[in-house]
Amino acid sequence: MHPYLSAALGGMLIGLASWLLLAGLGRVAGISGITCSALREHGWHAYWRWAFLLGLIVGGALFTQWLPAPELAPRAQLLIVAAGLLVGFGSVRGSGCTSGHGVCGLGRRSLRSLVAVLTFMASAFVTVFLTGGLQ
Amino acid sequence: MRPDNFAIPIQPRRASTAQLAGGLLLALAAGLLFALGLVLSGMTQPAKVIGFLNLAGMAQGAFPGAWDPSLAFVMGGAVMVTLLAFRLTPPDAGHPLRKPWLGSHFVLPEQERVDAPLLQGAVIFGIGWGLAGYCPGPALATLLVGGRDIWLFVPAMLAGMWLARRTMA
Repeated sequence: MHPYLSAALGGMLIGLASWLLLAGLGRVAGISGITCSALREHGWHAYWRWAFLLGLIVGGALFTQWLPAPELAPRAQLLIVAAGLLVGFGSVRGSGCTSGHGVCGLGRRSLRSLVAVLTFMASAFVTVFLTGGLQ
Repeated sequence: MRPDNFAIPIQPRRASTAQLAGGLLLALAAGLLFALGLVLSGMTQPAKVIGFLNLAGMAQGAFPGAWDPSLAFVMGGAVMVTLLAFRLTPPDAGHPLRKPWLGSHFVLPEQERVDAPLLQGAVIFGIGWGLAGYCPGPALATLLVGGRDIWLFVPAMLAGMWLARRTMA
């Protein structure tokens, strides 16, 4: 399959999954929000989030059996840890990440999400430009 | 995405065991479908993500410097679906069917103002995303298959989330 086609199809499935969660449970599929709240909430509010995360983690492992697996070449440890801290901190401070703001927020035509998406895309473009894309 | 302690909780005590099991299965299915989308689209490959973020590659010649536009199609495909689907779901206020299939009401973000934390968070998130090529969804979806890096990234990400909560409380 052409990479553009699989990208578009994959994107549509992500959109469909977000709709499923909204139509079924009335919830927005923002991964950072779901992860953060799964660790904080109790009872049902934690359970459905863990169920979603379980699907995400198991699904990721399962589908890479048939689809391209990620590159495994390890990168500088400090770089990865710093990136993780920034991604976690930024997504919670900014109330969302690529899924919450990008997929759901834009779909809901939220100005807040549009501003967030343009800001983090610009920030990521500049970062890659300055670092030359650390691999 | 407001913290949930502000949301009116759905009342699990009034829901039957079958309804709760149905809700968990639905959440699980949504997670699986989300993962399939991420893997199929290439979002779980950090090298591909960085290749997309490498805008300067547009001005450069052939591979490996060249820009990889394919991830624009991921966002395009996803938003095309949500723009349509989120127009129908949830229905307008007052509609008799304004209820999720398995729940009492829709919980949607209500904050609409563009404020400083939103901008600060987005800038910080973008730097981290550009450094490693992982955002939270793909990071979790590759937890079991992503090798050593992901076991450094995910705990650091959780620590970052915890820190952000602390500074905002």
